[in-house]
Amino acid sequence: MSAVAGASVAVDAGARPGRQALRRFLRHRLAVFGLTTVLALVLACAFGPDVIPYGPLHIDFRARFAPPFAGPHILGADQLGRDLLVRLLMAGRVSLTIGFAAMLISTAAGTLIGAVAGYFGGWIGAALMRFVDAVLCFPQIFLLLALAAFITPNLLTITLVIAATAWMEVARVVEAEMKSLRERDFALAAEVLGAADGFIIFRELLPNAMAPIIVAATLNVARAILLEAYVSFLGYGIQPPTPSWGNMLNNAQEYLVSAPWLAIFPGVMITLAVTGFNFVGDGLRDALDPRLDRG
Amino acid sequence: MTGFLFRRLVQSIVLLWLVSIIGFAVVHLAPGGPLAQFTLAPGMTQAELHRIAHQMGLDRPLPVQYWEWLRRMLVGNWGRSYQDNEPVLWVIGARLPATLELMIASTLIAVLLGTWVGVMGAVRRYSVFDQLATVGAMIGLSIPTFWFGLVVIYIFSVLLGWLPPGNLHTIGDNSFLDYVWHLIAPAMVLALVTVAIWSRYMRSSMLNVINQDFVRTARAKGLPERVVLMRHALRNALLPMIAIAGLQLPSLLGGALVTETVFTWPGMGRLFLDAIGYRDYPVLMGILMLSAVMVIASNLAADLLYAAADPRIRLQ
Amino acid sequence: MSGAGEPVLEVSELAVRFASTGGEVAAVNGVSFAIGRGETLALVGESGSGKSVTSLAVMRLLPGAPACRVSGAVRLAEPDGKSRELLGLPAEAMCRVRGDRVSMIFQEPMTSLNPVVAVGEQIAEAIRFHRGAGRREALAAAEALMERVGIPEPRKRLASYPHHLSGGQRQRVMIAMALACDPEVLIADEPTTALDVTVQAQILDLLKRLQERTGMAILFITHNLGVVAEVADRVLVMYAGRVVEEAPVGPIFRRPPMPYTAGLIASVPRLPTKRAIPISVEKEGKRRLVAIRGNVPDPLHLPPGCSFAPRCERAEPGLCDRDVPSVEEAAPGHRVRCVRWRELAGSAA
Repeated sequence: MSAVAGASVAVDAGARPGRQALRRFLRHRLAVFGLTTVLALVLACAFGPDVIPYGPLHIDFRARFAPPFAGPHILGADQLGRDLLVRLLMAGRVSLTIGFAAMLISTAAGTLIGAVAGYFGGWIGAALMRFVDAVLCFPQIFLLLALAAFITPNLLTITLVIAATAWMEVARVVEAEMKSLRERDFALAAEVLGAADGFIIFRELLPNAMAPIIVAATLNVARAILLEAYVSFLGYGIQPPTPSWGNMLNNAQEYLVSAPWLAIFPGVMITLAVTGFNFVGDGLRDALDPRLDRG
Repeated sequence: MTGFLFRRLVQSIVLLWLVSIIGFAVVHLAPGGPLAQFTLAPGMTQAELHRIAHQMGLDRPLPVQYWEWLRRMLVGNWGRSYQDNEPVLWVIGARLPATLELMIASTLIAVLLGTWVGVMGAVRRYSVFDQLATVGAMIGLSIPTFWFGLVVIYIFSVLLGWLPPGNLHTIGDNSFLDYVWHLIAPAMVLALVTVAIWSRYMRSSMLNVINQDFVRTARAKGLPERVVLMRHALRNALLPMIAIAGLQLPSLLGGALVTETVFTWPGMGRLFLDAIGYRDYPVLMGILMLSAVMVIASNLAADLLYAAADPRIRLQ
Repeated sequence: MSGAGEPVLEVSELAVRFASTGGEVAAVNGVSFAIGRGETLALVGESGSGKSVTSLAVMRLLPGAPACRVSGAVRLAEPDGKSRELLGLPAEAMCRVRGDRVSMIFQEPMTSLNPVVAVGEQIAEAIRFHRGAGRREALAAAEALMERVGIPEPRKRLASYPHHLSGGQRQRVMIAMALACDPEVLIADEPTTALDVTVQAQILDLLKRLQERTGMAILFITHNLGVVAEVADRVLVMYAGRVVEEAPVGPIFRRPPMPYTAGLIASVPRLPTKRAIPISVEKEGKRRLVAIRGNVPDPLHLPPGCSFAPRCERAEPGLCDRDVPSVEEAAPGHRVRCVRWRELAGSAA
């Protein structure tokens, strides 16, 4: 009985703060800016390439190193005369997909591990969290490159490798949240009523821990995009000719003096996307966690 | 104090042990495992491989192999580089100073600049400066380090010609000034992320302190605002920053790797990338393990430093 | 204004307004008083009455505009017979006044000392800044001050940190710090509230003795009328940002005409002593411990007339809720802000 009452109270309390959270989020100008940026990027990458008359692999030798804002190639063309804009948008598909997919996988894994560690506590919890601590001792890029060096890079493996190095923060957040939630009345009530552990974790506790998970997940998208850019830039990520923002920069490095726009635009795209997600995550944190006055 | 020290020491050792297990697992995860270098060698027969595997103890149970591996690691026998057959620790040791130089320089920049920005932001909360600093820090965290490096090279080397585009020093010029001149750009690039993080934490730490009663007491004593802020507020606000500093090493090491690549800086990060390129697993693993050990050591050091700096812990 | 000596600190028409999301809040509204040399003036009121804000405004320790606006005048007597207005002083000049000529001790000895600076340093700091003393010299002075405020083994204590000291000792350190430069005025903002009763008495006693010795004026802020009876020469009662009654300590305890003051006195729990008014114990038990009903009004929505009217049992509709009553002189040195003070004084007598 009291479990049901507790749940309905939680839902009731969730409805109005939901609208309040939205208001706080919208008041957060940077978050709105971030969301707009992210949406614009997603839409541009999804539909842009169909509008542009060039394919990403279309080679036009007469347009080699065509400068931006002059002529038919709006953002210029690269060393093979491929249109930079369409390549940027195609690369965006790759980078954003990896960002979202890696976020989903790492968040799911982190949530699962954190939930188990926080719910059961004891030696299982301690062992899992010490494992998290140990993985965090390795600089993320080092671990990522070491793993990437062992695999054949493609969209799937790169996503998995990034996710494998990015789940720990979520696990920490969820573990802390679970620890405090499971002491609350509704969890204890469910336990007394004999609910299964799995039921309590997924139906009673996790929904109440959604706010920090969502925040961490949003920031994880930003992180994953950045990490993809790093490995691809260093040559162990997405391989040419498939463009990704990272590997476009790798190529552009050689032409920094003669064709700087080849380096500038991909970097701007990465920065825009990452900043966008970071702003949204920051805004969500302010909106969903009114306890925190982060000034 | 001794209790705290002891607890932290035990924690660090447990962490080191876990790290070694992960390291061992990664070695064996590698395609071909520790045999990879021989697998790739031309004219290698299956029988020959088995013989080598037996010689290396690879046919024994994993726990035994782990124990052997750990024992060798502990006595400093980290294997030999595939590339030039030098001991791994020796190879890494030759590259470490350049990385440390870069990391120390950028940390100095980051701490000084980040502290200043954070303190100013807290003191003039919600001012134009504060808001710009907030947005700037967020962007700083979002800019890919390697791209920022390229932009810095383009602006300061290509366009303005003020700074060299890379390398530790000019060949044939060993003057201190030449080293510093080469250090400026990469240190600046590496400092970007740390400045952003440090200024945010500094700001919130300072905000926590600035409204506390003892700051008001200091003002009531008639001390000028500058003394109140620097002597009373900042001293307290910096204490939690010691722990934050200890946590920065992983991201600093990662950033160093990328920065070294962009600026052709002959440090550990570049060595790591080269090792990946040559499938030089012993060096790869050595750097991975060494960086984890450095991270654990830096956290421990930060805790000890904190204990030494805070009188509330010092004498308990 | 009557005081024990010529006024050393004179506050006139002090007003403090805080900017808040709901509009401006008048935390202090036209407060005037003066303190003479060697005199102790108690500033009494419930929390939220504006007494602490008044003291911080005098010290100029409130946040600056636009968060907070202070108006009025605070005059500090100069040796040449003239006076210096503090609210208009440049910041640096004010720093030279603070801690030297006017100093302050705070309520929370636990948090008012810097946790990471040795207490000797914290006392010496003021001396070094105001007197230009060297480090060694200032520490010697700090040691003497610690001895004077009754800290045992002051030399050893110089290097102690606040967390080594008990609450009472920390408050003694605060007092030593405030007295470091022999101030003419000491503002004590609930200095004993956070302390045990026995320690409280020691600290009050210490302040009294130090005052006798130095002749400083004390502005003693408290909500505890028991403490007022013990230390004060005169009492200033504040309610909702205004002074509602001002009188020497004797008359105010005997028969306060202002119902709020009467209510405050009635709500103090006291053991019946021989000196207590001879009424039967059960009657006393019934009458004495009456809490004032209701709460301090929201400073954003003060009632139109007398701020206390909504809580006042003697309030008369149509009279008390019309205009803010003006201050009237009930007796020499005894001023009251109550429309009905004449009738009430008559009935009480």
